[in-house]
Amino acid sequence: MSEEDILQVIDVCKAFGGVQALLHVSLSVRRGEVFGIIGPNGSGKTTLINCITGFIKMNSGKVLYKGKDITNRPPDQIANLGVTRTFQIMRPYYSLPAYKNLVIPLFSPRARRTGGWRGGGKLGDRGTVSIDILEEIGFERDSFVPYKLASSLPTGYLKRLELARCLALRPDVILCDEVFSGLSMSEIASMVPLIEKLQMDGITLIMIEHRLRELFRVASRVMVLNFGQKLTEGVPEEVMRDERVKEAYLGSEQVSDYI
Amino acid sequence: MNSSMNEYGTTSERRKERIDRGIKVRTEGIYAISSWKEVTYLVLPRLVLIVGILLLPLLMPSLYWNRVVSIVGIYVLLALGFDFLAHFLGLVSLGGAFFIGVGGYLAAILNTSFGLPPALTIPMATLGGAMICTLLLLPALPLRGVYFAIVTLMYPLALMRIIEALNIFGGTDGILGVASFPYRWVEQYLILVIVIVAVFGLRRLVNEDIGLVFRGVKDNDQAVRASGLSITLYKAIGVFIASGLGSLGGAYLSHIYMWSGISQFALDFSVIPIAATVIGGGGTLVGPLLGCFILVPLSEFLRAFGTLRIVIYAVILVVFIMFRSEGIMVYAQRKYHQFERWVKV
Repeated sequence: MSEEDILQVIDVCKAFGGVQALLHVSLSVRRGEVFGIIGPNGSGKTTLINCITGFIKMNSGKVLYKGKDITNRPPDQIANLGVTRTFQIMRPYYSLPAYKNLVIPLFSPRARRTGGWRGGGKLGDRGTVSIDILEEIGFERDSFVPYKLASSLPTGYLKRLELARCLALRPDVILCDEVFSGLSMSEIASMVPLIEKLQMDGITLIMIEHRLRELFRVASRVMVLNFGQKLTEGVPEEVMRDERVKEAYLGSEQVSDYI
Repeated sequence: MNSSMNEYGTTSERRKERIDRGIKVRTEGIYAISSWKEVTYLVLPRLVLIVGILLLPLLMPSLYWNRVVSIVGIYVLLALGFDFLAHFLGLVSLGGAFFIGVGGYLAAILNTSFGLPPALTIPMATLGGAMICTLLLLPALPLRGVYFAIVTLMYPLALMRIIEALNIFGGTDGILGVASFPYRWVEQYLILVIVIVAVFGLRRLVNEDIGLVFRGVKDNDQAVRASGLSITLYKAIGVFIASGLGSLGGAYLSHIYMWSGISQFALDFSVIPIAATVIGGGGTLVGPLLGCFILVPLSEFLRAFGTLRIVIYAVILVVFIMFRSEGIMVYAQRKYHQFERWVKV
């Protein structure tokens, strides 16, 4: 491994009963890059994220974060080290207002190290800090939106809330599980700059995505999974020219449309 | 919802629209202290509750009913713990009897074997009981909902049989000769003050940041883990608080009756708090208190009916669940904070 590798996944295998969800998958992500994971439905993308973040115990393999072994650690410990994730099916706290959703990650040991017991250090209490984070992620500060119950927010805002929960932990790595899915074209168009901004802030991003055009705008490298196995890895243009990828992922469609 | 057919054969529907009262909105911020009206709006319900509870013992006709007030206080502590666990952590606990029994036995042992006065045994039994209960329930914490309820129900039954079979802690006779409180009015008022502090303390706690974490555990535990917080830790803290309240009640009970025995593991202590929460309104924390102040004296009144008591009790519960499932307190809070009007849809 080189110095700049922040996250390394080595030879991960995971089987659910007889279904081999992941088979000897390895990857290594460099500090500060956007790394894409693509593949057809059921190819094991989400399982891979679940394994890395500890939500599922893997059968064999290893995950190294900054050279430290974090294999099969509990998810809260991994999050506290700075490896955070979003959920494909959004998991907000529906009974709480949007900004109070962020008070919970701000209460974590990792956030408390920087924010102190009250939450934001000099910045105020946790409620104030949450509003700041929400504004950064696209909730209008002066509107009612941050104060609304999460159960009454539309999908676009809930996707942003997922990202905001990660940001509240001041992460080094965010694993995004389909942040663009379910959004309208205009919502996606406003999300892409956000992703670019996160990258400029020095956060490493691993993105599972089906919206290839948008993914390829931000990702420097992508990996293709099929039936739990890694097909190939490389810069987007090369990967999409690969015959196996065309066959597995795009069927007969014109690949050039997506690049 | 209210629908009726009009002359065209289509349905015209009306629904109730609820709007917050102006005064409720005005009293949400610091501006509440700008006028007496707003201050009264905020303070009056709380004052009525506190003064009402404190006056209660003075209004009781006999020593017997004074004792009933103390017992109500113990049930309130259990009901508070149940409501807190069920509606803020998502753990349905049938462990009331477990908490009471552990606290009761602990206080009795500390008092009779070590000669400690109630002023020491009660706090020690509260903390010790909370620790014992939390440790014993630790393996059950990953469980949710009804599965957690089954495990918590098992503990008091098992402990009762263990004490009976091994003939420890006085066996079926229990521990006799536990010291009573030095003054009758101390015995009477201490529990009521504890109840008031517990109600307002818990209400404050669930609105603090840590309270939001508790609610998060109930709402979406996976998101809490993704937020870097251990759900087991926060569930354990919640169980510690609830079992501490229960153990406090148990220790108090031992000192009131100057006795501790296996009937402290009776399921009444598990079931009545749940009934009180249903009647009073879950999730309000004040509701279970009201529920206890209605249900426990009611069951004393119904003693005249002998075993039919339970039937009448059950009927009241069923009626409440069917027609006022939200509970008294939720209903009252809505009426206090909002007005309603019919609008055409």
